[in-house]
Amino acid sequence: MFDIKKIRQDFPMLRHADASSKPSIYFDNAATTFKPQSVVDAVVKYYTEASVNIHRGDYDLSYQVSEEYEQARKAVARFIHSDVSEVVFTSGASASLNLVAYGWGRKFLKKGDVILSSEAEHASNILPWFKAAEETGALIEYVELTEEGELTLENFKKAMHTGVKVVAVAHITNVLGFIAPIQEMATIAHAYGALISVDGAQSVPHIPTDVQAWDIDFLSFSAHKMLGPTGVGVLYAKFKHLEAMDPFMIGGGNNARFDICGNILLQKPPFKFEAGTPAIEAVLGLSAAIEYLESIGMQTIEEVEHDLRVYLVNALLKMDHVHVYNPHAATGIITLNVEGIFAQDVALYLNSKGIAVRAGTHCAKILVEVIKTSETVRISLEFYNTKQEVDVLIEALRTITLEQCIDLYL
Amino acid sequence: MSDLLKDPLILRQIIMDHYEYPHNHHLSEDPSYHKIHMASESCIDDITVMVKLEDGILKDVCFDGVACTISTASTSIMTELMMGKTIAEAQHIIQQYYAMIHLEPYDETLLEEAVAFHQVGKQANRIKCATIGFKAIEEAIEEATK
Repeated sequence: MFDIKKIRQDFPMLRHADASSKPSIYFDNAATTFKPQSVVDAVVKYYTEASVNIHRGDYDLSYQVSEEYEQARKAVARFIHSDVSEVVFTSGASASLNLVAYGWGRKFLKKGDVILSSEAEHASNILPWFKAAEETGALIEYVELTEEGELTLENFKKAMHTGVKVVAVAHITNVLGFIAPIQEMATIAHAYGALISVDGAQSVPHIPTDVQAWDIDFLSFSAHKMLGPTGVGVLYAKFKHLEAMDPFMIGGGNNARFDICGNILLQKPPFKFEAGTPAIEAVLGLSAAIEYLESIGMQTIEEVEHDLRVYLVNALLKMDHVHVYNPHAATGIITLNVEGIFAQDVALYLNSKGIAVRAGTHCAKILVEVIKTSETVRISLEFYNTKQEVDVLIEALRTITLEQCIDLYL
Repeated sequence: MSDLLKDPLILRQIIMDHYEYPHNHHLSEDPSYHKIHMASESCIDDITVMVKLEDGILKDVCFDGVACTISTASTSIMTELMMGKTIAEAQHIIQQYYAMIHLEPYDETLLEEAVAFHQVGKQANRIKCATIGFKAIEEAIEEATK
């Protein structure tokens, strides 16, 4: 039973939120999410009760923490339905995406090979491929998006050809929030002999994930967008890819042995990609976050966020002065502009009402060509938001005027 | 005069006018103009300011770009304030503007419509917006007088 009152009590940032809190209403969840007490406790517990390094069993506490760390890896594998050896801990989705482009792309792409992406991608999922293309002589092509900015299976099929070696797309894009047909795309990509790398930063936190059912090759996501701590994320990849590709960094923890002649034997995946001491407390926090999400259920979370989104969009569509760019998307991301008022000013006005949203290009700088504007206001909902909070936003947008935006400074 | 200018309704009108109909809102193809591009890292303001300096006088100042009401309006007002001034006069006005923005004593007789922003300093995160155009012209003058 989805008990919103109880859920909000679980989050320190929400527990005592009222009209005077800063912010009192948080709608920037695509940027990062609040943390439940259990995640905070896991992080603090590491530092107060178990503050030792992992990868060693010489003393009880070290063995215990090492075990907990590997249990966290198991939790991630369970959450995305992968094998535990296919879960690499990184510093976040950006690092994971860079690792795919660097460790796999730079190594295996050849001159003339095609990287197929989309114009809706976040900088972290397109810039690493720019670099890989630059270094290998590969080319980047873009699947045509619909007018509303959606990536459809039909357009994907049109864009695929035998020259494509890797498809790099977001499962759910961070500006328009459409869900790409990843499973079908993977099947088609494989039929052409191409791999598919999925940016899961906005999807893994909001909808059920099943890398095995989808048969995708790479999946990248961040803990902090799914109620977990900042500083850690995951790269999932099929084991054969992890064996073939190179790590970013090399040093303690990912080498099995080395000698003075320069011979290095690297560890097997996933440890091959985890040089150095990781953000141990963040990994343990991620494990707690996964437990929390599982206690509610990703299916439930998807439905709750969808209903909230529909409620908000229906109200916005009634306002002539508000333009919603993605009315037909299904997830909690709503991108809009108010006629005659610069997006920055809308965001500042909403801030004066205690509402936190984000204005700008949202790091998807190529999307500008598609939606024909470089500044939008993005509202991103989370299952811990309420209809009452949405009502406050609706009222603020209903009554916003340029004069009131200016009055903030007088 | 200054009391009138402190009337919020008038100040609001000044800001609104300069936002909706910014003055000198174009760029020049003339290569003798100095061009400064200012893009904020913490918000989405992105403007380019151009100035033509001749015999130590700011002969023409213009700008273009995308920015919030405060940035746009303050930059528009800046172009009017700077136009026709000597470099020394311009630099003095810029310093007076900064003083006002930082809620320090300033000479309001020099600032004309720019006094509309005399309260912006109370919101620290908007100081960048209110000074983006002035920072640009300051940089342009610095570059030109090197």
